[in-house]
Amino acid sequence: MNYVIESLRQLMGLDPSKPGPEDRRPEVVTLMAEKRRDKLTREMLHAVEAGRAQAADRHKWRNRRWATLITVNLLFVVSYYLDVQLLEGAMTASRFVGFHLADLNSALQVMLAYQHLVLNLVIGTVTVFILWLLLGGRTFCSWACPYHLLAEWAEKLHLWLAKRKWARDIKFHRGGRTIFYLFFIILTLVSGYTLFETLSPTGILSRALIYGPGLALIWVLALLAFEVFVSRRAWCRYVCPIGVTYGLVGVLSPVRVQYRVQDCHHEGDCRAICLVPHVLDVTIRGRARAVTTDIGADCTRCGLCVDICPTNSLSFKVKGLDKVL
Amino acid sequence: MSPEQTKATSPRPALSPKRREQNRREFIRTSILGIGVLGATLAGLLPLAGQANARLRPPGAIKDRLQEQEFLAACIKCGQCVQVCPVEAIRLADLTDGVGVGTPFIQARDQACDFSCDGLQCVLACPTGALTHDINYPSQARMGLARLARPESCLAVRGQGFRGQARGADFSGLLRYEAVNRWLPIPVADHPYDLELCDLCLRQCPIEIRLAQCAAGTPPSGDANQCPPRSAIRLGAQAGGGALPLVLDGCVGCGVCEMICPVDPAAIVIDIDRVADAAQVG
Repeated sequence: MNYVIESLRQLMGLDPSKPGPEDRRPEVVTLMAEKRRDKLTREMLHAVEAGRAQAADRHKWRNRRWATLITVNLLFVVSYYLDVQLLEGAMTASRFVGFHLADLNSALQVMLAYQHLVLNLVIGTVTVFILWLLLGGRTFCSWACPYHLLAEWAEKLHLWLAKRKWARDIKFHRGGRTIFYLFFIILTLVSGYTLFETLSPTGILSRALIYGPGLALIWVLALLAFEVFVSRRAWCRYVCPIGVTYGLVGVLSPVRVQYRVQDCHHEGDCRAICLVPHVLDVTIRGRARAVTTDIGADCTRCGLCVDICPTNSLSFKVKGLDKVL
Repeated sequence: MSPEQTKATSPRPALSPKRREQNRREFIRTSILGIGVLGATLAGLLPLAGQANARLRPPGAIKDRLQEQEFLAACIKCGQCVQVCPVEAIRLADLTDGVGVGTPFIQARDQACDFSCDGLQCVLACPTGALTHDINYPSQARMGLARLARPESCLAVRGQGFRGQARGADFSGLLRYEAVNRWLPIPVADHPYDLELCDLCLRQCPIEIRLAQCAAGTPPSGDANQCPPRSAIRLGAQAGGGALPLVLDGCVGCGVCEMICPVDPAAIVIDIDRVADAAQVG
């Protein structure tokens, strides 16, 4: 229950809750006391980080994710070009070997604007809901959304420029995304037009890949330029309602990144690399309530933190799977 | 008030002036972002003003004359209709269409819908009902209505024949010629004509072709339901020779007549704000 409430808080844009002294489990208090006693020296910390930076599997999850994202998007392209009925349509709605799939946010807009339900859309929406429920919700963002990959590369460029003070990193209030979400729902309902679809870089890019480029790519480039020069990962962090929709699905999903406080050095490498760093606030010294904590549903399960963590304190887990096996 | 009570009623410590200033700035920044997002969203509605971008939509598109609101609302912009069309008549609109971005349309002069799929594949592919499943046969479609816009340039009206490739050698549009291959539409350029009196709009009209097939006892796909109930176009006799193409109430607005018309600009065009029987669209 705490996981659900905390996840929803973070999705809405509130700061992660800080534990009071009485909120911490006794074993965590003991653990933290031990950590204080056996302090790490700066050299030891650097040595561990350097070791991680050279490890053969330091990009394990990133590579798997990029391969998945590229494969999914290429499947659409290949299906159309070779005219095989494998994955027809685009990211907004498609058919996988004839079976309907509909992106949850696109389907939501159509339902709000059109206010009729066609059986095919219901089938597609329910199927995709179950799929991402099983896979982690915002997993969609980092493992399937074509904009995410471009934004990830733009983010690298942004960090490189920002380090040299050639780009700014303006931060906005994450609560804005919740207001945009409600605003898109109300405006779609009132106007009867699928307003967000016009702005959605996910839909625009997916269609551009499959059906060929158009002027709409200028909007995508403008978003990327904004993220490179003005504000890091601004679209995904502060605006995109698709992330909220899948985030809400993720609240109920068993696939999570789990944090173990035991070996954590609290040096913050994970928060520095994360798309949504607030979800990792629990890794700040003194924030952990229990020995293990599941990272909230705003997490896109991209695995960058799992890859970079020098102490294996972050790992993927499927809740309940160990009990079943 | 005792210190304990103060603590109970206000658990948060008061913000420092610096922190409050940061929050104020963040609020202003976020508001500006909000205005930007709101502006971009509403900008999507601009192209709708005056229906400047009203388009010829695929068969079954739910719309009432120029009012496309329902169609734009229901379309999920996935392009599955594009993928199934055998003559690739359907294209997707770009950002200049605003909220219509990613919606399917047909540029009839370049490539009309010739119903060579027989079964309305685009309608079957549509996951949201933006192309309504209420229609089952080509003759039920009401995309628009043909109109002889330039009778003075019409070869039939002028009493002239036509010889050669209808749209020239470079035209890439496709049509299904049953006599050539029922399943594979071929370029119009590969099928030259030699006509005493030009009757291409009538000759290639998918509705008229179907009527002829039904009259011969061989309805399309062997299905008598495919037989159109009414004629779409005929050539009327004219005093002083030649013939006048007359659009009839069986016209579905598919655009083949506009595509095949050999004069440039086409003598016959599709109006998107009219349909043969308005009762069916209301």
